[in-house]
Amino acid sequence: MTAKRAQLKPKAPDARLAEILKLAIFAVGGQGGGVLNGWIVDLAERNGYDVQATSIAGVAQRTGATFYYIEMLPKSDRRPVFSLAPGAGDVDIVIAAELMEAGRAILRGFVVPSRTKIILSTHRQFATVEKVVPGDGISDPEKVVEAVHEQSAEMLAFDMQQIAEDEGTVISAALFGALAGSGFLPFSVESFRETVQASGRGVEASLAAFERARKGASEGEDAKEAPVTPVSEGKEQIRGPASLIETWRALEARISALPDPAHHMATAGLKKVVGFQDAAYGSAYLSRLETLAKLDSKAGGTKKNFSFTTAAAKHLANAMAYDDVIRVADVKTRAGRFEEIEAEVGATPDHHVTRVTEYTHPGAAEVVSLLPSGIGARIEANDRLMGLIDRLVNRGRHIRTDRVGGFLQLYALAGLRRWRRSLLRHGREMAHIDDWIRQAEERLPRDYDLAVETLNARRLIKGYADTHARGLSKFDRVMEGIDVVDGREDAADWAGRLIWAALKDAKGEALDGALKTIRSFAEDKAVA
Amino acid sequence: MAERSFKKEIEQLRLGAGTEFRGEGILAITKALLENGVGYVGGYQGAPISHLMDVLADAEEILDELGVRFEANASEAAATAMLAASVHYPIRGAVTYKGPVGVNVASDALANLASGGVTGGALIIVGEDYGEGSSIMQERSHAFAMKSSVWLLDPRPNLPSIVDAVGHGFALSEASNSPVMMLVRIRACHVHGAFEARDNVRPPLTVRDALANPRRDTTRVVLPPYSYQHEQTKVAERLPAAVDYIKEHGLNERFGPSDQTIGLALQGGMYNAVIRALQRLGLANVYGDTDIPLYVMNVTWPIVEDEFLDFCEGKDAVLVVEEGMPAFIEQSLRATLHKAGSSTAIDGKGALPEAGELTGEVMLDGVTTFLKSRMPTLLPADIRSPNREDKSPRPDLADVVPPRPPSFCTGCPERPIFAAMKLVEEKHGEHQVAGDIGCHLFASMPPFHIGGSTMGYGLGGASNAAFDGGGEKRAISILGDGGFWHNGLNSSITNAVFNKSDGVTIIVDNYYSAATGGQDNLSSRADNPNKSTKHPIKKALQGVGVDWVRQIDRTYDVTKMHDTLEEALTTDYKGPKVIVASSECMLNKQRRERPKMQAAIREGRRVEKPKFGVDQDVCTGDHACMRLSGCPSLTLKTLDDPLRDDPVAWIDQTCVGCGNCGEVADAAALCPSFYRADLIHNPNRFDVWLARFRRRVIDWLQRRRDKKRLSWASP
Repeated sequence: MTAKRAQLKPKAPDARLAEILKLAIFAVGGQGGGVLNGWIVDLAERNGYDVQATSIAGVAQRTGATFYYIEMLPKSDRRPVFSLAPGAGDVDIVIAAELMEAGRAILRGFVVPSRTKIILSTHRQFATVEKVVPGDGISDPEKVVEAVHEQSAEMLAFDMQQIAEDEGTVISAALFGALAGSGFLPFSVESFRETVQASGRGVEASLAAFERARKGASEGEDAKEAPVTPVSEGKEQIRGPASLIETWRALEARISALPDPAHHMATAGLKKVVGFQDAAYGSAYLSRLETLAKLDSKAGGTKKNFSFTTAAAKHLANAMAYDDVIRVADVKTRAGRFEEIEAEVGATPDHHVTRVTEYTHPGAAEVVSLLPSGIGARIEANDRLMGLIDRLVNRGRHIRTDRVGGFLQLYALAGLRRWRRSLLRHGREMAHIDDWIRQAEERLPRDYDLAVETLNARRLIKGYADTHARGLSKFDRVMEGIDVVDGREDAADWAGRLIWAALKDAKGEALDGALKTIRSFAEDKAVA
Repeated sequence: MAERSFKKEIEQLRLGAGTEFRGEGILAITKALLENGVGYVGGYQGAPISHLMDVLADAEEILDELGVRFEANASEAAATAMLAASVHYPIRGAVTYKGPVGVNVASDALANLASGGVTGGALIIVGEDYGEGSSIMQERSHAFAMKSSVWLLDPRPNLPSIVDAVGHGFALSEASNSPVMMLVRIRACHVHGAFEARDNVRPPLTVRDALANPRRDTTRVVLPPYSYQHEQTKVAERLPAAVDYIKEHGLNERFGPSDQTIGLALQGGMYNAVIRALQRLGLANVYGDTDIPLYVMNVTWPIVEDEFLDFCEGKDAVLVVEEGMPAFIEQSLRATLHKAGSSTAIDGKGALPEAGELTGEVMLDGVTTFLKSRMPTLLPADIRSPNREDKSPRPDLADVVPPRPPSFCTGCPERPIFAAMKLVEEKHGEHQVAGDIGCHLFASMPPFHIGGSTMGYGLGGASNAAFDGGGEKRAISILGDGGFWHNGLNSSITNAVFNKSDGVTIIVDNYYSAATGGQDNLSSRADNPNKSTKHPIKKALQGVGVDWVRQIDRTYDVTKMHDTLEEALTTDYKGPKVIVASSECMLNKQRRERPKMQAAIREGRRVEKPKFGVDQDVCTGDHACMRLSGCPSLTLKTLDDPLRDDPVAWIDQTCVGCGNCGEVADAAALCPSFYRADLIHNPNRFDVWLARFRRRVIDWLQRRRDKKRLSWASP
């Protein structure tokens, strides 16, 4: 026995082992991962391979992450023993049906530079945790794209979801096409086609998406060319009576007197403010901005790339173009909106008719905000009256704006624009802006960065009704917090952190935490 | 009808001898049942064996031809109780359910069945929901087999082995008068492979035949004195008979050389993972020819002691590869060696992790650790003493890649129920909420964060029993229609009535047992030719004495949902309050309706198709709507506008127009961004005329306004 034992020496793995092709699919439930899995099995069998495939579907078929695994080897007289699960660093081809799923494949160690080729669709299907953040919760796609570049032996990335949508099918067909075009599998394109044809359902659309993706893959589209962020919508043209356009040009000319870095933002801001009200309102916006730009220069704005003026251009425009009932009615009745909706639902006017129903829910506060300042304020002070109005108006209203009657309701509301500057809401917004700008101005000479953050805090005010009230309260708390840190060397950092925290969650728990920290060291200082 | 149709696949069930069967593991098991003369089949669905039930339901024609009875049992307990037909009659019966949760439910019937013993082969196919993709607590069904003297098969995860195990399972059951459990893990259930088919066999005695000639045998009844005898019989007769059968038919397999001084003893289900580890270490070739001796236990209970001792003969050390905890097999094998006074050392947990799935990586590490300590010369030099870190650092994407747990589908009718609950909570504060099993448990995840417990199928109400006495706020429990009929009516509802509970129960009725794959149940609205459906839940509630019942027939009416829930929480009525919230599962509805709609559009018929949208200039990017929805189609869009810091809401093309986002925005008075666009395909002439007229008026109004203002438009 001892002699036998001595004969057993370490060996290199069986050479045929390296011939086993191992393929993993990372998808999101509903993307047709199971179909793709079935196609690859069929393809392998068609080409004389022994193949084994497994899947982890379970409840994940409902929008969760799903996973499929396939091994194949040219047929011989004996059946090989395949594994039912991949090993880290032991996968040849990874197919990711969504950008972050490619990241998941890397996280799990299935993508290694020495051998793993990856096919991924660069589109995003946002996860719930990204969507529920009150601010911007979208994960950084660049980090994943970079990691894929770094970790994969070869990578093929473009937006296959778009191709599938264009052809009226699901992404599995486009992924299969990309796999065919990639040449990662030693099978003829024709046999890929045969597999799709044999599947028997929606073959035409599948094949169309298959061919486009195959072409895209063989021509070597790259992630860099693929738009990860939405494409620019192009330059818009101004319309209106000649006299007004002339006024507009004069306003535009005033922008060139502002510091260069702020031009882009100020142009966008001016457009928004003029669209919201009128040219005179735009002029008021610019006057304010001009004053702030002067202060900016005095405070050494050149060194700071005039970020104070740029921040002011942005947030002042947003603050002046506040979200009132008139604006909503205006947006919903403006020219061109109906055509946009038709495009969104894929309607062609010759073949379809589109009906549009608005979901609105006004409350007493919204109604009273449309009254002239004096009367409005008096009514608002009267709780019983407010309650009565609320009972009268507070209910969901579904308005058909494709009908003349429904359209006229909103059209009339939008028409209140003429009197907007005398209404209750407007007075309140202007007072709020004055107070906020004053604080920023006051800080500017002492602490430039803190002044910028003071302006940035305006980002917190958004939404309607309760959401708006919550935003306002967050804004107030952040401004209080900024007051506490004002005077510290790192005040701007803290202010930035407060704004960031306020956008983390709806209830403001992160903000509470940050405020607590600030107060604690403020107290320490007081004690010291 | 279940969400997936197997009409195409089941044609393979007719294959005869000499042909090759290709398909999934579950389908192979079904075919094997027919090849082995099964007389009746049943079970309760649940991943990963749902498809077995779905295949059987779709295969009723073939089953009828063979005289095989198929029953969709009300629960796993009911399924196991059905095996009572094999107690007195020599009829082979098979049932299926998931483990260990299904086995838990079945355990009462299982213990009784096993005590009295069987005459005909009784086979229980357990889809062991363990490891990646599992939806339940991580435990083992193994313990049930041990305590009830049920023999446990754990075949190698390839189709020929699984199919063989079915045949041997029946025969083993008959040879030892004991029920047999066959365990198949998730990946094996879904593994695609091939095996050589045999002809289907008609049961020698059908259940119809048996009904004509009833039999009984008092000694099988679980009552003293027989129950005492059963316990003795289990060890004195049934166990030895089982061991003899296993040995005689070589159910456990040995691979590799017989004269090596180390070896591996493993569960059959672990075979492929072990071979892959050995392949990677250069100790096995692609066909699984191994240099290390393997003792593959395709039967993991009972332990065939002399077989194992024989394997250990001359070996210094054996690694026991056993998945999950506790390590029942390892303990038994250690005891066996100890009793025999053997000097063979056992490695097991330690080299391998105490708990968790034995994935490719874990298995490779475990086998390597064992070999390193027991026979390092076998290992390639770089593994024996790695002189460099072979793993390059992986980029850390943990904070970038978002978690993606399963959630409600697009247009799910359960979403508005939980949106309404969130709104009620905003007003009345948080409540004690008990969840149940079913899709509705996804409410515990973002964005809803509702409910924090699930005690078992149909036990949502029962798990609030401690709060039945009431208090300042009422406890809320949730049940699905599937859970309601499985166990909930009895364990949760009658319990609440009898104990005068002051709580509130919401029954989420989506017309199917949806989470398990959309099977029909008693209250399903579908016409099912083989089953009796359309029994309203409300009637059942009233029948057992629930007086406060509110039926909601359109869950998407968030305002009504909200008001009803608020009423239940605040009413003076004492006693259980039950809200039945009914709307059809959107996944199943779409599968049925979408092809019909597409056909109608093609044929030129007038079809109205709703879709929701968001005015991006009205949306302020606060995402409050998403915190009350989580719908996959309600998503984000980054605008090309320097003034906007945050992405706005956007509804993608997968929207089915259920109305939830509009209703939520309305009920919560969120914002006026949402609109519904009804697209009329193939409009009639009146539609077109009216639309043109309206458009002309609106265009005129818009032009009128634009004459006096500045606006911007894309060229």
